[in-house]
Amino acid sequence: MQTAKKRKRLNNDAKWGYVFVFVPIVSFIIFTLYPVVQAAIVSFQSYKPLKTEFVGFSNYSNTLKNGLFFKSIWNTAVYTAVTVPISILVAFIISILLVPFKKRSQSFFKAVFYLPGIASGVALSFVWKWIFDPLPSGLLNSVIRAFGIQNQNWLGSSQTAMLSLIIMTIFSGLGSTVIIYVAALLGIDPTYYEVANIDGATFLQRIKYVVWPMVKPTTVFLTITGVINAFQAFQTAYLMTGGGPDHATTMVGLLIFNNAFKYFNYGEACAQALLLAGIIAVFAVFQFKVMAADVEY
Amino acid sequence: MGLFRQYGDNQKYKSVLRNGAMTAILLFLAVLTLFPIYYMVISSFGPPNEIGAASYTLFPKYVTLDSYKFFFGFSKSSFRWIVNSMIVAGVVTLSNVVFAGMAGYAFAKVRFPGSKFLFFLLLFAMMVPYQVTQVPLYILVANVLKLTDTYTALIVPSLVTFYNVFMAKQFFSSLPTSILEAARTEGCNQFQILIKIVIPISKTILSVMAIMTFMGSWNTFFWPFLICNNEQMQTIQVGLKNFSFANTTYFSPMMAGATISALPMFILFFTLQKYFLEGVTVGAVKG
Repeated sequence: MQTAKKRKRLNNDAKWGYVFVFVPIVSFIIFTLYPVVQAAIVSFQSYKPLKTEFVGFSNYSNTLKNGLFFKSIWNTAVYTAVTVPISILVAFIISILLVPFKKRSQSFFKAVFYLPGIASGVALSFVWKWIFDPLPSGLLNSVIRAFGIQNQNWLGSSQTAMLSLIIMTIFSGLGSTVIIYVAALLGIDPTYYEVANIDGATFLQRIKYVVWPMVKPTTVFLTITGVINAFQAFQTAYLMTGGGPDHATTMVGLLIFNNAFKYFNYGEACAQALLLAGIIAVFAVFQFKVMAADVEY
Repeated sequence: MGLFRQYGDNQKYKSVLRNGAMTAILLFLAVLTLFPIYYMVISSFGPPNEIGAASYTLFPKYVTLDSYKFFFGFSKSSFRWIVNSMIVAGVVTLSNVVFAGMAGYAFAKVRFPGSKFLFFLLLFAMMVPYQVTQVPLYILVANVLKLTDTYTALIVPSLVTFYNVFMAKQFFSSLPTSILEAARTEGCNQFQILIKIVIPISKTILSVMAIMTFMGSWNTFFWPFLICNNEQMQTIQVGLKNFSFANTTYFSPMMAGATISALPMFILFFTLQKYFLEGVTVGAVKG
């Protein structure tokens, strides 16, 4: 009797369970599973609206013979390797400085650093284009002139275009990293500092031996999500430079986008996208293995 | 005793000095971060002239709304873009809160066969880079379903994002099972429990989800850019981009457009700041 009732209850629960997850699962099938399978198929095809041909691995081999693909990977790697660590380091320092302040001041600064992140990429790209105005009267040029640095053709020169995008990215995205670090710092048990003080640790030693190890799970999280996002980033490049000059800012994501929607070479775009997914997956696993080795969750 | 040394009363000046220095550094960085936004807003009040020598300034001599008029005069559809963005972001937000909320609750607290597997599938979906799905998705929506220039095409792919399901599940898992069990023995079914017990105590997380989703949808550029060619059906971000294409030299009107596109977000941010800031940490706790 008791078990029958319980079973009926479970059945009723199960029915509601399926009702609740129905839309996300359908959405998953149509908008993720189907496209992923389709991407794999298209990557072996020369896709045309009327006549689609099977071309074997040629989309992949073309990609791997294409110098531009490797250049775009290199650009993406540089962009990632610079923006992610610097953003994390700057945000960490800001958070350390924020900790002793009262909650009100903390919220104020958190809001300030977060603010650029709520404006759209399109709006921000407008402003930054003018900040990077190549004329001597341009904003950033006026500033660096004050330090005796000569005029730069920021977005227009292959020497400085990537640097410009990196500066813009770092300044627009500090907010969320700061907020996450502050939360992590406030979660550290003060007894650790007391113990460190009894041992006579200096401020920098407290940072190195107490704070840094304690926030390591946060740092791992921020690094991995940061790398995954940076590897896919191409909106900034698309809006600011279009990948130029001389492909100096062509990211993999942008190359794929252009192949797909500028040249309508769907097959190669899909092949490249799958290669990118593979690279990201390898990186994520590798990073997690290396960084999280001594982290306890 | 915290991270920073506490000075005794006779050394109070040291702590004042230190805090002053720290405030100065923070304010300096804050000014740098805020500068682009300040510059955008302040320049939008300049005259709508073509850019020439010395036409931008940090402190405008006079303020005019002409650049805003210029922006709205550029296309008959400029108001429509804002309305479109409102409709799309509104529907996407509502559907995400409803569907991600329900699914998150189911994965966290309802026992049904296959729930682990289905949740794993959604986790997998979160890992797939956007680049992989963009081409097939475009072919599906534009060529197969022929939905170009429709609200359906703008809305349906974002009806429920798996990140929101994940976030909701994380939160609902932390609710005490005992109250849910109690309601269960009282004879409530899962739907009643969700409506009567879970939602009332989860308003914060649902608000956070709503705000983050609205912001994401409002600011999204590439999908509407791909799927909407008709000027009438574009969102504000796409319209803004097209405006800048046509008017590369009109500095102030571009800034006016950018300010308009960001204004709803600023209003939301300043009224509901707490939820924005909370939204950042919700997904990040326990990485």
